[in-house]
Amino acid sequence: MSIFVDENTKVLYQGLTGSQGRYYGLLNREYGTQVVAGTNPKKAGENVDGIPIFASVADAVAETGATASCIFIPAAGVRAAIMEAAEGGIEFIVCITEGVPAQDEAWFFNKIKRDFPGVQLLGPNCPGIISPGKCNIGITAGHIAKNPEPGAKNVGIVSRSGTLTYQALYELQSQNIGVTTCVGIGGDPVPGTSFIDCLERFQADDETTAVMMIGEIGGSAEEEAAEFISSNMTKPVVGYIAGQTAPPGKKMGHAGAIVSGGKGTAAAKMDAMKAAGVSVGANPTEAGLLMVDVVKGL
Amino acid sequence: MDLFEYQGKQFFASFDIPVSKGEAVTTVEDAVAAAGRIGEYPVVIKAQVQVGGRGKAGGIKLANTAEEVREYASNILGMDIKGHTVNVVWIEVASDIAEEYYASFTLDRSAKKHLGMLSAEGGVEIEAVAEENPDAIAKIWIDPVDGLDEPTARAWVKAANLNPAAEDGAVDILLKLYRAYTEGDADLAEINPLILKPTGEVHALDAKVTLDDNAMYRHEWAEYEATQERDSREQAAHEKGLQYVGLDGSVGIIANGAGLAMSTLDVVNQAGGKPANFLDIGGGANADVMAGALEVINNDPAVKAIFINIFGGITRGEEVANGIIEALGRVTIESPIVIRLDGTNAEEGRAILAPHLSDQLQMQPTMLEAASKAVELAASR
Repeated sequence: MSIFVDENTKVLYQGLTGSQGRYYGLLNREYGTQVVAGTNPKKAGENVDGIPIFASVADAVAETGATASCIFIPAAGVRAAIMEAAEGGIEFIVCITEGVPAQDEAWFFNKIKRDFPGVQLLGPNCPGIISPGKCNIGITAGHIAKNPEPGAKNVGIVSRSGTLTYQALYELQSQNIGVTTCVGIGGDPVPGTSFIDCLERFQADDETTAVMMIGEIGGSAEEEAAEFISSNMTKPVVGYIAGQTAPPGKKMGHAGAIVSGGKGTAAAKMDAMKAAGVSVGANPTEAGLLMVDVVKGL
Repeated sequence: MDLFEYQGKQFFASFDIPVSKGEAVTTVEDAVAAAGRIGEYPVVIKAQVQVGGRGKAGGIKLANTAEEVREYASNILGMDIKGHTVNVVWIEVASDIAEEYYASFTLDRSAKKHLGMLSAEGGVEIEAVAEENPDAIAKIWIDPVDGLDEPTARAWVKAANLNPAAEDGAVDILLKLYRAYTEGDADLAEINPLILKPTGEVHALDAKVTLDDNAMYRHEWAEYEATQERDSREQAAHEKGLQYVGLDGSVGIIANGAGLAMSTLDVVNQAGGKPANFLDIGGGANADVMAGALEVINNDPAVKAIFINIFGGITRGEEVANGIIEALGRVTIESPIVIRLDGTNAEEGRAILAPHLSDQLQMQPTMLEAASKAVELAASR
């Protein structure tokens, strides 16, 4: 099994007619994702390489039965796009766009939680999600992910960083370890999907035998995840935290990657994870090797 | 983006939060003239630096006459406070203070709600209050969808045990401060101290504001942007649109992706070296971006070796390699470069780089080996 998305997930793209949306939407389709629609109020009735464009998410859902949406809309339009998806009947919203104001994120996170409790938002500012061999939504290069094999020791991945996610996929592939689902939760201060949302599902997923968790400085999501792992998880978790040597008070590329007032340091996160029984690597390579050991020992 | 106090006060004033009448000036003559325009003494002269402890460093003075304004302004302008040079002073009419409070709004990332903090113990570092007397801080968590209403603000003020004389004024300011924080797209909006005057008015005596860079597109922040404190390297990188943070080591870093760039700093440290910078060139790695990144790093005299760490995802190894070669053709680089290229079509990319390799341009198969090599080269120069 996979988590959140699989071969039956029908995906529409908000922003499919833009250059980024078109590029990644078509790549996702080529991978095997069921890309069923795009939306653009000005281009309803047209198509992008055969994919029909609808005026609204609601129209697209009614016509195609899409349950997931992938957003490639500029930051200024993200709040409206996310609400349109939730109101239009989408259950799983993936927002790739970076640079969304934190005030907007805090608002739509709470709005969705209150008014659309069945909707799961992933991102913003994330690479997306891939269930290898089944469905790829977003900007992950599909070919660096090894498909899970029945009965094999397959692994789930959850990460705050895009490139480190690819690195993890790649290292597992080179070690011949399959991946059930790889979720990039993104580097913003208010991510729609948390580590815990993913850990909980990986724990419940029969096919996933272990989890790779990649965090970074800033906030306390890793500490909260560690608490969850220690009280709720029986599957082994291997972790890595980026930014062990980042200076305090500076945003390291991601809006959420900042050590402020002595809080959110890599050291504190690594300690919390170790205390929860997580095998923590000093760098991505070491984390990959730790995962190989863990998988061999299962 | 952190604002200077005078900018924070302008920001507050645009949301009708009462602040003292004053002016920001850069010369002694302007300081004297500004004091004259303010028209009443004493005035306070405050150094504008983005670092705490200005008062202790002699950066805040009370002047009773034009002569004192001249004397203090000339002392403070140009002063060094913890490595920050004072280029601007803020001059404002001095306030009579009956009591000092603390008020702020920020995002609680864990609760995913806005956090308001209010304390009757203001004028000191809130971290110290939190440590020594946490009960003195009244906290409320605000759902962004609901916002902050008047009854909630009033109950909050009562819970913080402010002087009843300050209640109405504090409620009014807190509602305005919340608006400034949310509609103004601030990450932090803090008043410390928030003062009660003997006359019963409540007033923001200081302003600490951090604005959300991601919201720049919907505000007129050019003036704030223009005065950001950046070192020359950070300024150059900023102009090229690069995600750069200056550090104090000797290994220049270029990586694609914020996580990988942070990770690259980590492995350079683990290899015994010190990174000169954080630099994320984003998902692609085209020649323009690479050339810009190399220029910024090449202009940093502290850099003794450069480590380019690229992991190809959608961007293929060949594209990355061609981008690097093209960039190197445009910029003359003094320090030796170590490249680690992995991911999609890494083999093809490495084959493109192979004929160009020399002592000045080396390649290593893994991130750890590349880090060690870069550290070794930096140490040997």
